[in-house]
Amino acid sequence: MADSQAQRKTVRLKLPVREGDLDGLEIGTVVYLDGVIYTGREGVYKKVLEEGADLPEGLAELSNVNFHCSPAAAVEPDGSYSVGGVTATASFRFSKWMASWLETSNAKIIIGKGGMSIEDYRDMLVPAGAIYLTTVGYGTGALLGRGIKAVRAVHWLEELGNAQAMWIFEVENFGPFLVESDLEGNSLFEQQGRLINANLEKLYEGLKAPALSRYGETDDRKDELI
Amino acid sequence: MIDYQTIETAARQIMANAAIDIPPDYRQGIEDMAKWEKGDLSCFVLQTMMDNWNAASEDRRPMCADTGLPRYYVKVGNEARLADGFTGLERALRSATALATHDIPLRPNRVHPLWRTDHNNNVGINAPEIDWSFEPDVDWIDITTVHKGGLFGTDYRMLFPGDGIDGIKRFFLDTLVAFGTRGLACQPAIIGIGLGGSKDITMVLGKQAACLRTVGDRNPDPKIAELELELKKMGNSIGMGAMGFIGNAMVADCHIEVGYTHTGGMPMSVHAFCLSSRRATVRIHADGSTEYRHDPEWFTPYMRRETVEWPIAKHNEKQSV
Repeated sequence: MADSQAQRKTVRLKLPVREGDLDGLEIGTVVYLDGVIYTGREGVYKKVLEEGADLPEGLAELSNVNFHCSPAAAVEPDGSYSVGGVTATASFRFSKWMASWLETSNAKIIIGKGGMSIEDYRDMLVPAGAIYLTTVGYGTGALLGRGIKAVRAVHWLEELGNAQAMWIFEVENFGPFLVESDLEGNSLFEQQGRLINANLEKLYEGLKAPALSRYGETDDRKDELI
Repeated sequence: MIDYQTIETAARQIMANAAIDIPPDYRQGIEDMAKWEKGDLSCFVLQTMMDNWNAASEDRRPMCADTGLPRYYVKVGNEARLADGFTGLERALRSATALATHDIPLRPNRVHPLWRTDHNNNVGINAPEIDWSFEPDVDWIDITTVHKGGLFGTDYRMLFPGDGIDGIKRFFLDTLVAFGTRGLACQPAIIGIGLGGSKDITMVLGKQAACLRTVGDRNPDPKIAELELELKKMGNSIGMGAMGFIGNAMVADCHIEVGYTHTGGMPMSVHAFCLSSRRATVRIHADGSTEYRHDPEWFTPYMRRETVEWPIAKHNEKQSV
């Protein structure tokens, strides 16, 4: 077994992060968070960026961490909330809103699943001074659920539903996350994928190709495809 | 006679069991993989997942907040009698889904595909899905719930007989590499493969192979069992581990199910059950007593039968009366 936990560099960040807090954070570093975070995905982005709704008052001062997440949460009859688990959702789908979101919200940390493309980091996150943290696993819903100490507010719950609403959470020792993109736009997934891809050719060696190719396996329209 | 309330109560319980407690066979499979995984990052992910399962069981909270698309597999004994019939059973399962969604809580993932309407209870048109199977000569019903994510890790392809085992291996690798990148398949996973049948059944068999068989289980056909082990080994030699990081822990186990298919084709599906392989089963006996377990025992010899007749004493007796 690889010596996993002992070797991994681990940091705890106090939120909202201030100028300089993210300097020198390297990809692959384990991160835990303390403070306030909010969830936001396509529902919130459309509401704010396309329909022009105002951000909740004081959001930028309260938190600069946007979690791509829909919690497993329920609203109780007395109006209180019960939060079971929280897990990230895949971030690549939100690329088209990211530049204007970073500008509008002043977010400095994006948390999600699977990361975004290296171009997205360099074109949008780096200029905004933001990093990307990926959840681990991706199913650490119970560990992350433990880190949520309170629901501070929920915005647009009626209109957007549980999954798309903006949940504002107070968190403590909230993690673990891995630094996927740093302030320079280096990407852990890109780096690892590149190394793995180098060996793929060998894997397929000796396996003959199927009789018919599928669309997407070639760009040549003269090829007969199924 | 099995009544409505018994079914609803048992179904609510397996919804909680599935969402919170990782099945022991899968946990063992991942613990074993963590022992030989050499990739540092991949190993860190496995350790974290094991911590997460412990936290879920201790806190009684869902192990993953994407509680998937909760659904059911029901095996009905030929001699079982339901007080409210089969539509009553379906109603009990729909009700249990709605109640469990609020109580556990599960994420209300189910929405209309076009209007995105969300009833906040995981119930809607054709949801939750209920698959049926039957078992001769017994008077119990087995209900299994599976909470599987719905976006990544599954693919279908029409191969042809001439493509042979090479075609199967290639498509297996294609799917693992494509969905394993950045860990979108949430590997290491139990990989289910459907071979043959009509196209829809190819998908059904592969999904059931992934979700309804336990780590370590082998297909009763020795040659298929051998192929399962060969593909498992192949998947674990891609060089990719958890989250698509460098490593080898990709396939916790590989299960293949087959169905007789068109003579000209060899349709194939690949399904990845995730790092939160959520399944739980209850058996409800004729007297209303219940037994809970983690092995769905879905693929019985009766289900895999190949002949017209099924040689069971009772069945034959009835025929001869």
